[in-house]
Amino acid sequence: MLAVAAAVLWALGWWVNVRLANGPASDKPAVKVLIPAIFGLTIVVVWEMLVRGFEVNPVLLPAPSAILGRLASEGPRLWADFEQTIVKGAMTGYLIGGLAALGTAILADRSDFLTRGILPVGSFMAALPIVGIAPIFVKWFGSDWESKAAVVAVMVYFPILVNTVAGLRDTGSMQRDLMRTYGAGYWPTLMKLRLPAAMPFIFNGLKIATTLALIGAIVAEFFGSPTVGMGFRISTSFGQLALDMVWAEIVIAALAGSAFYGAMVLIEKRVTFWHPSQR
Amino acid sequence: MEKGEAGGVVLKSILPVLTVIGAILLFWLVAVVPMNMHLVADQAQRDGLKVTPDAPAARQEYSGTGLALRNLHLVPLTYSFVRPTLPAPQQVAGEMYATIIDKKITSKRSLIYHGWVTLAPTLLGFFIGTGLGILLAVGIVYSRVMDRSVMPWAIVSQTIPILALAPMVIVVLGSMGVQGLFPKSLIAAYLSFFPVVVGMVKGLRSPDAMQLDLLRTYHASNTQGFWALRLPASMPYLFASLKIGIAASLIGTIVAELPTGAKAGFGARMLVGDQYGQPLVSWAALFAAALTAAALVGLFSLIERMTLKRMGMQAA
Repeated sequence: MLAVAAAVLWALGWWVNVRLANGPASDKPAVKVLIPAIFGLTIVVVWEMLVRGFEVNPVLLPAPSAILGRLASEGPRLWADFEQTIVKGAMTGYLIGGLAALGTAILADRSDFLTRGILPVGSFMAALPIVGIAPIFVKWFGSDWESKAAVVAVMVYFPILVNTVAGLRDTGSMQRDLMRTYGAGYWPTLMKLRLPAAMPFIFNGLKIATTLALIGAIVAEFFGSPTVGMGFRISTSFGQLALDMVWAEIVIAALAGSAFYGAMVLIEKRVTFWHPSQR
Repeated sequence: MEKGEAGGVVLKSILPVLTVIGAILLFWLVAVVPMNMHLVADQAQRDGLKVTPDAPAARQEYSGTGLALRNLHLVPLTYSFVRPTLPAPQQVAGEMYATIIDKKITSKRSLIYHGWVTLAPTLLGFFIGTGLGILLAVGIVYSRVMDRSVMPWAIVSQTIPILALAPMVIVVLGSMGVQGLFPKSLIAAYLSFFPVVVGMVKGLRSPDAMQLDLLRTYHASNTQGFWALRLPASMPYLFASLKIGIAASLIGTIVAELPTGAKAGFGARMLVGDQYGQPLVSWAALFAAALTAAALVGLFSLIERMTLKRMGMQAA
C-alpha cells in the first residue's frame, strides 16, 4: 500500500517539476531553487515510505525519520565529533597545506625553470592516491588530530600549489609592461597585479581542496583516533549496527562539505569581483 | 602542434621536471637520517656499537638531527634499517623490484597480483560509472526537467566527502552477502559518475548558437545534431572528465580496501605492512598504487591526444 503511494507521490513530484520547468516562470530564481528542492524532498519522502512499506531492516537502510531523530537526540556527541574532525583535523590541515602551497608557489614563481618543473610534477602528484599515507602518518604523529591535520595538509598541498603556480603565470605582457612603466619592482607587481590576477586560479584549487580535506580527516580516523571524531563514530556505530547514527554523521559530513565549499565560493566572489565569471 | 614543436616543448620541460623530482628525492634522502636515528641508535647499542649518549633515556632528549651529529658513524645505518620509520628510496625501490619483478604473479606477495585485485574493480566500476554518467548527461541536455532537478544535486554531490564512506559500503554489502568485485566497483562507479556527468553536460552544451542554427538550416533532426555536432564537440570535455574519473575510481577502490580487512589489493597491502611492522611493504604498495594511477591517467592522455588529432582538434 505504502509502496503504491510512494510511486504515486514520485509521479506527482515529477509532474509538478515538469510543469514548473516548462512553464513560463521557469527562469525565475525562486523556481530554480524550488525544482531541485521538490526533487530532493520527493526522494526523501519516497525513501521513508519504501522503508516503512517493505519493512526494510534498519541495519541495511534506516528511514530518514530515524536519522533525523538521531540528529536531534545526539546533538552534543555529533558536535564533539564535528569539532574533532572538521575543526581540528580538516581545518588545521587545510590552513597549513594551503599556506605551504602558497608559499612554495610564490618562491618557485621567481624562477621560470622551477615553474616548468613544478607544474607537471604537481599535477601528477595531485592525481595520486595520497590518502594511502594515512596509516603511515597516524603511526608518525600519533592518533590525535595532529596526524589527521598532517594527512589533510599533504592532500590539499598539490592541487593548491599547481593552481597557484598556473595563476601566477596568468598575466599578460601588456599588464606587466604597464607595471614596469610605473617603476614597480617585484613585490609591488606581485601584490598589486600578479596575486590578484591569480586569485581565480587559487580559489579553484582551494575549492577542490575542501572536499579532499574532509576525506583525509575522516579516512585517517579509521586507522586510529581518540574516542571522538566522525571517522571513529562511523566505524564504531557500524560495529554496533547503528546505521542511523552512521547516516547522521554522513548528513553532517555532507552539510560540512557543502558549507566549506560554499564559504570558499562566497570569499571568491568578494575577492574576484572583477573577474568576468563573477559579473 | 607540429612535431618539431612538440619535441621542443618536451625537451624544454624535461630538465625542470627532473630537477624538481631530484629536489624531492634529496629532501627524502636527508629526512631519512633524523627520522630513523633513534631507532637505529637503540639497535646499534644492542649490537654492541658505541652510541653517545649511552643511556637510552638520555637519547630521547636529543632531536633526530642532534643525535645524528653526535653519532656520525651510525648515519649510514639509517639507510639500511630493517624496520625504518621512513624507509630510504633505494629500500622502497628494492622492495618494489622484489615484489613486482622477482615474485611470480600467482604469489600472494606479488604486487602485480595485488595490483590486479585493485585494478579490476576500478576499471569495471569506471566503465559503468562513465557509461551511466554519459547517459544522464544526455538526458540532462535534452530534458529541461532533468536539468533543473538533477543537475544542482550532481554539483552539490561533488562537495560531499563520499569517498570517506567507501569502507562502510563494502561492509554493508558484505553483510548482505555481496562480495568480490562488485562492492568495490560500485564505489569506483560512483566516484567516476559525477565528474563525467558534469563534464559531459558542459561538453554537450559547448556548441554555440551559430553552429546549432546551421544544423537547423540543414533541417537536421535532434538525433543527427547529437551525433554530428554535440557528441564530437564534447570530446575534449569528456577526456578531461575521464582523467579525473579514473584517478578518483582508483583512489576509491584503494580507500575501500584500506580499513575493511580486505585480504588483497593495494589498500590491503598498505594496511598489512602497517599492522605487522613491515613499513617497506606499505611503502612499496603506496608507490605501486601511484605508478598505477600515473599509468591510467597517462593512458587516457594518450587516447585523448590520438582521438582529438584524428578529429582535427588539439589536445588541451
